Amino acid sequence: MMDVLDIFASAGLWAAVLRIATPLIFGTLGALISERAGVLNLGIEGIMTFGAMIGWMTVYHGGDLWLGLAVAALSGAVFGLLHAALTVPLGLSQHVTGLGITLFASSLSYFIFRLAVPVSGSPPTIVPFQVIKIPVLSDLPFLGEAVFSQTAPTYLAIALALVIAYALARTPLGLAVRIVGENPHAAEAQGINPIRVRIGAVVFGSALMAMGGAFLTLAAFNSFFPTMVQGRGWVCIALVVFASWRPERALGGALLFALFDAYQLRLQHVVGKAIPYQLFLMIPYIMSILALLVMARRARVPQALMQPFRRGER
Amino acid sequence: MSAPPVLRLEGITKRFGALTANDDITLELRQGELLALLGENGAGKTTLMNILFGHYTADSGRVIAFGRELPPGKPRAAIEAGIGMVHQHFALAANLTVLENVIAGTRPLGALGLGSAAAREKLTALSAKFGLAVHPDARVGDLSVGERQRVEILKSLYRDAKVLILDEPTAVLTHQEAEQLYHTLRGMAEHGLSIIFISHKLHEVLAAADRVTVLRGGKVVAERRASETTKDELAELMVGRRVARPRRESQAPGAIALKAARVDVGTALKAIDFEVRAGETLGIIGVSGNGQHTLVRLVSGLERPSAGSLELYGAPAQRPTPRGFVAAGIGRIPEDRHADGAVGEMAVWENAVLERVREPRFSAAGLVRRAAGRAFAREVIERFDVRGGSEDSPIRLLSGGNMQKLILGRNLAESPRILIAAQPTRGLDEGAVAAVHGEILAARRAGTAVLLISEDLDEILALADRVQAIVKGRLSPPIPIEKADPRRLGLMMAGSWEDAA
Amino acid sequence: MIRFERRTHVPFSLRLAAPIAAVFVALAFAGILIAIAGAPVLEAYRRMLIGAFGSRLAITETLTRTAPLILTGLAAAVAFRARLWNIGAEGQFLVGALAAAALGSQHGLHLPPVLLIPALMLAGAVAGALLLLGPLALRLRFGVDEVVTTLLLNFVALLFVSMMIEGALKDPLAFGWPQSVPVVADAMLPKLVARSRLHIGLLVAIGLAVVIALVQARTVFGMESRAAGLNPAAARFAGVSLTCVLVKVACISGGLAGLAGAIEVLGVKAYVTTDLSPGFGYTGIVVAMLAALNPIGVVFAALFVATMFVGADSMSRALGVPSFIADVIVALSLLAMLVALSLANYRIRR
Repeated sequence: MMDVLDIFASAGLWAAVLRIATPLIFGTLGALISERAGVLNLGIEGIMTFGAMIGWMTVYHGGDLWLGLAVAALSGAVFGLLHAALTVPLGLSQHVTGLGITLFASSLSYFIFRLAVPVSGSPPTIVPFQVIKIPVLSDLPFLGEAVFSQTAPTYLAIALALVIAYALARTPLGLAVRIVGENPHAAEAQGINPIRVRIGAVVFGSALMAMGGAFLTLAAFNSFFPTMVQGRGWVCIALVVFASWRPERALGGALLFALFDAYQLRLQHVVGKAIPYQLFLMIPYIMSILALLVMARRARVPQALMQPFRRGER
Repeated sequence: MSAPPVLRLEGITKRFGALTANDDITLELRQGELLALLGENGAGKTTLMNILFGHYTADSGRVIAFGRELPPGKPRAAIEAGIGMVHQHFALAANLTVLENVIAGTRPLGALGLGSAAAREKLTALSAKFGLAVHPDARVGDLSVGERQRVEILKSLYRDAKVLILDEPTAVLTHQEAEQLYHTLRGMAEHGLSIIFISHKLHEVLAAADRVTVLRGGKVVAERRASETTKDELAELMVGRRVARPRRESQAPGAIALKAARVDVGTALKAIDFEVRAGETLGIIGVSGNGQHTLVRLVSGLERPSAGSLELYGAPAQRPTPRGFVAAGIGRIPEDRHADGAVGEMAVWENAVLERVREPRFSAAGLVRRAAGRAFAREVIERFDVRGGSEDSPIRLLSGGNMQKLILGRNLAESPRILIAAQPTRGLDEGAVAAVHGEILAARRAGTAVLLISEDLDEILALADRVQAIVKGRLSPPIPIEKADPRRLGLMMAGSWEDAA
Repeated sequence: MIRFERRTHVPFSLRLAAPIAAVFVALAFAGILIAIAGAPVLEAYRRMLIGAFGSRLAITETLTRTAPLILTGLAAAVAFRARLWNIGAEGQFLVGALAAAALGSQHGLHLPPVLLIPALMLAGAVAGALLLLGPLALRLRFGVDEVVTTLLLNFVALLFVSMMIEGALKDPLAFGWPQSVPVVADAMLPKLVARSRLHIGLLVAIGLAVVIALVQARTVFGMESRAAGLNPAAARFAGVSLTCVLVKVACISGGLAGLAGAIEVLGVKAYVTTDLSPGFGYTGIVVAMLAALNPIGVVFAALFVATMFVGADSMSRALGVPSFIADVIVALSLLAMLVALSLANYRIRR
């Protein structure tokens, strides 16, 4: 029994929490920004997959790791533009378009990967982002190993969450995004172009999603394989609801979620074969459903979420 | 030699498909002037203002503000030229604060801060100057309708608007609130602002405006100084012909058909009492958002009393459901025909029978009797003069008036014992209003108990035998219509029915 | 000046043209990818056609692939029409397959074949329906959006299947491979064509498409569920119980997806593995959209999608273009169809 609780005392667990949380932070922030402007982007799962693939591919062909991350972000922006073009000016169903983007982006990832990397026994690898030990802080007992020994993108994700939280609350751009997501007609009456703001939010959000995917191949693992995103995109969509559409809570939600995930991974080793490992693997998905359940009635949903905006129609 | 106009619309034409909403409209506004734009629903007033403000692009014509032509289709250009617009359906984000609603879009999007402190100061000063009190940090969703309108006006003033356009500004206000608003507007005009307000209410136009421009069928048909015209002249100009609304004849009511005794519904309705007798019309008047919505749901079978009792024909209503109420002889006209009254993509006949589709005449063994449904729809179309489509066309193709006639018809064709009519003529033109009123009066004559829920004073005065006001979920005691006048009803709608009595 | 104007009526020819145009647009875009892969584009498409229809075997393989796609396509079409966003057909397919496999094995039901097969199909449908009723209950009771819950349950269902076929239902004779105990010979669906894999499941699927088309067009339930999907508030006002409609729709939709899984086991594989479905559930969404949610259209859309998949496999072997090109074409045709549908609603005026 002691073992089960001892897990919490290991710095390794907490280091893993931050690592597992990173793609979720990127993805959740991306989905959140897009939804704050009123557009649900169910393309997230495919965009993360494509980001993982193209980021890895860039590095595999000799590119720098940061270049890989940038290319991934760019590819996400392109898919975001496609989603935005279909859902914002054309006003198509955000649900179905998003799923279409996911199917398209994932199948395209697999196609490109298979084309560039012929089938082989073990997937080819790259040298991923290395842990950066923050001077002084990483020498702290426990905390040093748990928090201050991460790869660069993890620090970036956390910083982004804080920046986005500030920007949404305190800048004209953030206010524009919020008012478009609450009532695009109010935005238009104030001289803000809701179409442009929505397109911008979806494009930027999708770039973040793709960076989350790229983290998987460039830092968490060192190779790409199909289905590696494993529903993380859907988890992010659930986390946005759990976070009540607030970036700082999204950070907290992603960390909490990652804690459960890291814990179950270690618990598997402690418990051994007594309980089927699949039950542990189900935990993240069940947790996401529970998170939705807890917040469903409480969350303050952007009022114009999923409502297409057409000029002059109200 | 008069000063040049601050605003000039020149030859504005706008078509929507076959409909010409604005036909070569030319209009001028001078500094410090209060101009009323008068017209019926569908006369093209709102379209014209949306073009002026850049929400729509005109097919031809130009807008000149302070001597400079505005680029079409750019609200921002209109704002920067000093034009502010107060929309009929407020353009506010309910979850944001007053201050946030006011300052959104006022600073460059690249700026790093909102400049809230300076903005708050300016807003507070404006509030004080024009007597528009509202707390800057209040969440807009928590404000009353009157306060929201103040926010709307403040949004324009904050941007240094010199021309203010108000679309049906009193539609959601009580008589007294409306007078207060016109007082405020007059004060603004004296400060040098120029104001256009859109209205279809003759007495307001005469009382508040300097000049009146009348729009009909998308054209300017007349311009008058308010001091040189009369209500009758304006009415005729607005409608284009004399449309006599049908008149109510007095008759003795029968037995009580529908009765509410101290009914609560959640927190929306509190201890309401009313009774409607056969052959009588009870009017419920009130400013929008005072519980009418829940009241309509209650008497339509969509909501159950959480306390008190609802009685039909002298017995408590058992397990109220929409279909149960329909079967019990209650005809129901919903508040919002597009949202609740019709499924736009479904055929006219399907909409005609949907609420009765489980009755044996329209279905057997789970299969719809389509021939019977079509025949019923044809009967309604013929008897109630529904134009613009056959029984097989999607109902969204019908105009508002014809859709309303179909909804009315599907209820009245069955000679209901009770008729619930919620906002039955909202958004209809004068001809359709007369037709709908005629049918409601005919039903009353035939012995139907009519519960009329309306925001329109004239409608209540024309149709009701007795009237109760609804305020914040409570109902005033009834007064006979003979004792009702706009002033007294206004007081009742403001909640002071003891004073009004 | 050109402007778009909403059509009052979309003619049948245009409704038919939309998916065809969408497919051609998708094929054109995919052609670019094929060219990038270094293969002659037209030759590749010719080989895809031959691969799908070039021989008796090819045709039966394509039709075998069509059957589950019709059912998952119907599952999505029925649900979407009532605005129930069931994206969980993949999971419902798997639990349906598992239920049929569990009850059809030698340890399961013991019934004469004439009863056993319908019983197993029903079991699959019930399992699928139950998996969808959960998210529906969460929506109705707590207001939880069913899109994400059904999506997440796909992963849970897959893990559950994995757990069962490595545990209680594991086939001890499968040399350690994780797969379920095969169903008994009596439980297998009769073949439609001898010496092929094509089974009567195809007829079941087509029959259900016709039945659903009739139900939607002619019954009170069809009318009420259409109203509920198009305008829930007006349907409520007219006395349609949304809860009742949605529960029925969920049973049908989840049931169809579960049935697809059962039929795939009983008709083709005889046992369950975790890769039983090459995305039948997700592809069902594309099938439904290509058919503009029309049940009869679903049959043809499913045939098209199956053609792509079977054809691409064979083309891939011949020309070395990754067979994922089929997934790309299918996804692209969904996006193109969405655009085509919205354009079909408008006409250009000058």
